[in-house]
Amino acid sequence: MLKAKVYVTIKKSVLDPQGVAVQGALHSVGFQEVESLRIGKYMELTLDTNDREEAAKRLKDMCEKLLANTVIEDYRYELEG
Amino acid sequence: MKFAVLVFPGSNCDIDCYKAVEDTLGEPVDFVWHTATDLSAYDCILVPGGFSYGDYLRCGAISRFAPVMNEVAKAAEQGKFVLGICNGFQILTEAGLLPGALRRNESMKFRCHDTTLKVVNNTTPFTTDYAEGEEIVIPIAHGEGNYYCDEETLASLKANNQIVFTYTNNPNGSVADIAGICNERGNVVGMMPHPERAVNSLLGSEDGKRMFSSILKTWRDTHGTASVR
Repeated sequence: MLKAKVYVTIKKSVLDPQGVAVQGALHSVGFQEVESLRIGKYMELTLDTNDREEAAKRLKDMCEKLLANTVIEDYRYELEG
Repeated sequence: MKFAVLVFPGSNCDIDCYKAVEDTLGEPVDFVWHTATDLSAYDCILVPGGFSYGDYLRCGAISRFAPVMNEVAKAAEQGKFVLGICNGFQILTEAGLLPGALRRNESMKFRCHDTTLKVVNNTTPFTTDYAEGEEIVIPIAHGEGNYYCDEETLASLKANNQIVFTYTNNPNGSVADIAGICNERGNVVGMMPHPERAVNSLLGSEDGKRMFSSILKTWRDTHGTASVR
């Protein structure tokens, strides 16, 4: 079994209205040092395989096909175990 | 001419679309469940608004893998008319049938009110009954209608005359005030505003009616007028 963590974030070049709103909220409660904030998604997957190379390949496929919309989002993943 | 209104778990404008076809055109129309694997009987496919699959992951991200979407791609390839409204537009972009993506509204608010649209392209099968540059009133109801595409895509949308409608007063932050676009061929249109909710003056506007009459007229032009209802 392998564990995978997938992170999906809005591309740097694309406005993230949620991030901007949360940054504003942090400023208004006194956290002025917050220079930027991006909101993303975090997913945990358990994969029924021990082949890391194959798992990485298929994870990339999953991200490209469904987990991220590459028009507006970036993704990265980590494999554990 | 036969219309299909697709229904996904969570669609909620399907009945409005059905009624709009029934009331404005009187042409045959069927609800088609998302598991259907044959759309060959239909000339026009309406992908309605709503919150298919609860908008889980991203709006339209899961619906695009519904069995019926393969058939929608085939129909589009065959040159049949496909109209995605609101969530339907999001599904068509996720499916890659239209370029770009829909982001969260810039205001972070769900916007639900009338908007004034400018008809930029009146040569699509969906807009021939409008005048070029005409302003029409059609309501919006969305939280994620902020259209995005990169500079290169925007340039090609402009060059190919693929921008169909723009907002006169941008309600959501969309790139270039875009409210609706079509594919290069013009037979697939996606838009955030709801023409099916603007088909009777009792509803506040009947400007959406002409989208439906345009489709029928274009279809009759290519199929002859002797079709049997």
